Amino acid sequence: MLTYFLCLILFCVGLYAIVRKRNIIKIIIGIIICEYAVNLFLALFAYKMNGRSPIYSPRQEIVNMVDPLPQALALTSIVIGLATTALLVGIAIRIYEKYGTFDITKINRLKG
Amino acid sequence: MKLIPLFIILPLGAAFLLSLSGKRKGAFCDIFSNAITLLLFIISLITLYNTNTQILPLIYKVGGWAPPIGIPLVVDSLTAFMLLIVNFISFMINLYSVNYMEKFTAKSKFYTLFLLMVGGMNGVVISGDIFNLFVFFELASIASYALVAFGSRAEEMEASFKYMAMSAMGSLFILLGIVFLYSNASTLNMAHLSEVISNQGINKTVIFSSILFILGFGIKSAIVPFHAWLADAHPAAPAPISAMLSGILIKSLGIYSLCRIFYNVLGVTTSFLSLLMFLGAVSIIVGGLLALGQSDLKRMLAYSSISQVGYIILGLGIGTPMAILGALFHLFNHSIFKSLLFLNSGAVEYATGTRDLEKLGGLREKMPITANTSLIASMGISGIPPFNGFFSKLLIIFACIKSGYIGYGIWAIIGSVLTISYFMKFQKSAFFGPAPKELESTREVPFLMQTSMVILSIVCIFSGVIILPKFGNYFTEPAKNVLAQGKDYKDMILKVTNEK
Repeated sequence: MLTYFLCLILFCVGLYAIVRKRNIIKIIIGIIICEYAVNLFLALFAYKMNGRSPIYSPRQEIVNMVDPLPQALALTSIVIGLATTALLVGIAIRIYEKYGTFDITKINRLKG
Repeated sequence: MKLIPLFIILPLGAAFLLSLSGKRKGAFCDIFSNAITLLLFIISLITLYNTNTQILPLIYKVGGWAPPIGIPLVVDSLTAFMLLIVNFISFMINLYSVNYMEKFTAKSKFYTLFLLMVGGMNGVVISGDIFNLFVFFELASIASYALVAFGSRAEEMEASFKYMAMSAMGSLFILLGIVFLYSNASTLNMAHLSEVISNQGINKTVIFSSILFILGFGIKSAIVPFHAWLADAHPAAPAPISAMLSGILIKSLGIYSLCRIFYNVLGVTTSFLSLLMFLGAVSIIVGGLLALGQSDLKRMLAYSSISQVGYIILGLGIGTPMAILGALFHLFNHSIFKSLLFLNSGAVEYATGTRDLEKLGGLREKMPITANTSLIASMGISGIPPFNGFFSKLLIIFACIKSGYIGYGIWAIIGSVLTISYFMKFQKSAFFGPAPKELESTREVPFLMQTSMVILSIVCIFSGVIILPKFGNYFTEPAKNVLAQGKDYKDMILKVTNEK
């Protein structure tokens, strides 16, 4: 139970960084932390004490196998996260070129 | 049946080929991507015909694996309805961008991203597996982030970053919701998920994941508390992309996924429906009021999208068959006239170089086709009787009154009045009155841009007939039945999968 709670705390740390920080790079790091918290959660709920990796071999009887699907999901979500992060960082670099700052309070040419 | 995977293979394959063509200019990219989107449109027409001749939904098993393990692609009437909208609008917009995107460099990259987005949207609509839906959702989203920043000016970068930060959070909420559902039901296939949930009853995990889904898809469909990104991202993008985003992206990624998951998989509850109704009504009024105060043409249209999406959400929230029919009909209509209006705004910007309503004026003589098509679209969206928007709004308002929600009905009528007022402002300041001196030499836009605007406006005039049962029975009526039958969806799907 404690591990789930720590995972939640990790997610909240990321959320805090997204909501409260002014630096674009820190916001991006916040998004990454949130992503990793979700991936960690995926791995956690599939975890089994003394579980065995789900690889089939003909001579063995497989007992106490962990669920392989969440691990595959975590892999997919890591790849998606990579694409998003790369794009975010790329845009952040272009924003720095245009505005000369990473501070979001100074990047305000758009009016709500 | 064999045609189903083409909806994903064709755009993705074409995007790959176009990305190889490098910076080469010329007609190849234009013709190739237009041919692909035209082909997709034709296939979606055939698919609509196929679903109408068959009672059971069509299922394609990816890789030949049977559904609880493999990923099925499912085409039922609602999917066919959405596929037709997505592919028709994307064909029209692709036709339009041939001339419009001339002023940008790297047109082949534009088409690559465009087709990736179309492939993602088709995938979201067609997928029968909830995680696969998420993957296509992200594909379409990431392509749209890049397209919003395509002009690479400072404002576009800023808007794209804002959009990306909010939308990435939305995607994480959706992923978390999927994880909770999986931990509860140990399956990702929508039909099986639905079966497990109806056997178990609704427990706390399902309620928590539905809250996460409302947050995630609410951000994507820009319902009011989550709307902040839309008003920046839609105006900043190039006009064809604004039309794509407002016309179909928020509908296929936001509204379609929301109602598919809630109506067909999790099952709707009264508290969910009343939440939707409330959010819809708030969106109508807030979007309308914000649109009224804008002087930037595209920003006004973006706020108007929020307001019109509110009608769709309100209709879905009432939940009676008539209201759902109205909501789906309004979804179709809105995708037609809002994409037409964004294309008009692009034409105005193309010809005059500005989209500030205070600097425009008197374009009616200079640009007759743009002026007339935008007049038709404005009358459609504000609900003037012979046009399509009138009937869908009427259906939603009738359904409100019939189910006893008179207050919401009045809100919807007030929203309609607001719509008329800001579109009158748009027409008056852009096309009527004296022309300023700077706009003396304005000329009409090139032929292909005119063609797509004219076709869309013709559809806008004549699609009012879908209200008649003779036409609606093939189009909106079966799509409505899919949502209205709710959790019977799983029985249909399981029947097909168990047969073979």
